[in-house]
Amino acid sequence: MAGLHFELVSPARLLFSGSVASVTIPGTEGEMGIYPGHSPVLTTLRPGVVTVTRDGGAAERIFVKGGMAEVNPQGLTLLAEVAVPMAELTAEVMAKQVSAAEADLADAKPGEAQRKATEVLNQLKALQSTL
Amino acid sequence: MASLKDLRNRIASVKATRKITKAMQMVAAAKLRRAQEAAVAARPYSTRMSAVIGNLASAMNGQAGAPTLLTGTGFAETHLLIVATAERGLCGGFNSSIAKIAREHADRLIAQGKTVKIFTVGKKGNDALKRLYGKYIVEHVDFRGVKQMSFAEAQSVAQKVLNMFHNGEFDVATLFFSEFKSVISQKPTALRLIPADVSGAAPADLGGAVYEAEPEEGEILADLLPRNIAVQIFRGLLENAASEQGARMSAMDNATRNAGDMINKLSIKYNRQRQAQITKELIEIISGAEAL
Repeated sequence: MAGLHFELVSPARLLFSGSVASVTIPGTEGEMGIYPGHSPVLTTLRPGVVTVTRDGGAAERIFVKGGMAEVNPQGLTLLAEVAVPMAELTAEVMAKQVSAAEADLADAKPGEAQRKATEVLNQLKALQSTL
Repeated sequence: MASLKDLRNRIASVKATRKITKAMQMVAAAKLRRAQEAAVAARPYSTRMSAVIGNLASAMNGQAGAPTLLTGTGFAETHLLIVATAERGLCGGFNSSIAKIAREHADRLIAQGKTVKIFTVGKKGNDALKRLYGKYIVEHVDFRGVKQMSFAEAQSVAQKVLNMFHNGEFDVATLFFSEFKSVISQKPTALRLIPADVSGAAPADLGGAVYEAEPEEGEILADLLPRNIAVQIFRGLLENAASEQGARMSAMDNATRNAGDMINKLSIKYNRQRQAQITKELIEIISGAEAL
């Protein structure tokens, strides 16, 4: 079976495009491992870490926040609002994301939006503590 | 007739202007490269986003409960025109051509008896529309202090638009910006944001399979559509930034060339006049000597 065609795009640039062995993505409803030949699926993302396994077995970890993933027979497309390779992800970058999420929460209208913003903030904080 | 001194001053001032336009051209060229890269880099995201929304929309087709951002409110009475222009002038017809298509669009809608609201992004568009369409302008933002457009700016604009939409202030939103074709060609473009324009995106071939959606399609769309607005606005702003620099570069190139032509003409005039003066003085001396 040929490799999985994986594309990671952020609004600012195309971060990754190429054939990989597998990708693990942080879906809203749980982590998903995508291998070649996966059935078509659409999911939104929660803040988390995408693990890309190259054909040779080398793994790359990329932090993503907000966005969605689409799997179709052509491959996997990941649209992320923020995407930073783990190597470049410093405590500073993370702190900025957390404070942005806090500001979002402060702006959010009560109800659904507030619940979602709290969720995002908690997930970010959990990630921050693992750093 | 202008004296020699006047001509000399004139030449000096045109030379100074040429220096400025030359410098502006070079600055624009340097900025253009960065802006162009950013605009090109942003394209994949927005095209893929449209493709995904197109796929979802075709899956949702005919189902009840599709988000209003996709289907519209069912009315087309109040139109919001988001006019994105530059913050600075001296870039040829860039700002005025965007303002012009926005104006034509507004006139057409007004003639049809629709209500028009204008949201200007960028100072120059506001200036251009203020005089005749001032009463329609409901919102204005400018990014004077912003060096490089980032997604955050686009999001702040999108947030305002979405708030207005949720408050039922308009039915249809159209974004006006200039698409960057090449350094010498920028195309003023109108892009419908709400309801989302999915006609251009062909659904992917799933080979008969159906998308499994997690969470449900409707929920994904509800999450995706507001994001899409921000993405499209971001793309518009980046295309605009690149177009602006391109337009400024060619405008300043023209200005530099014109200044050069002007200096040549003035120099010829100056030399002729100087020669004429010398001849005149010689004649005076000679005729004075002969009279003796």
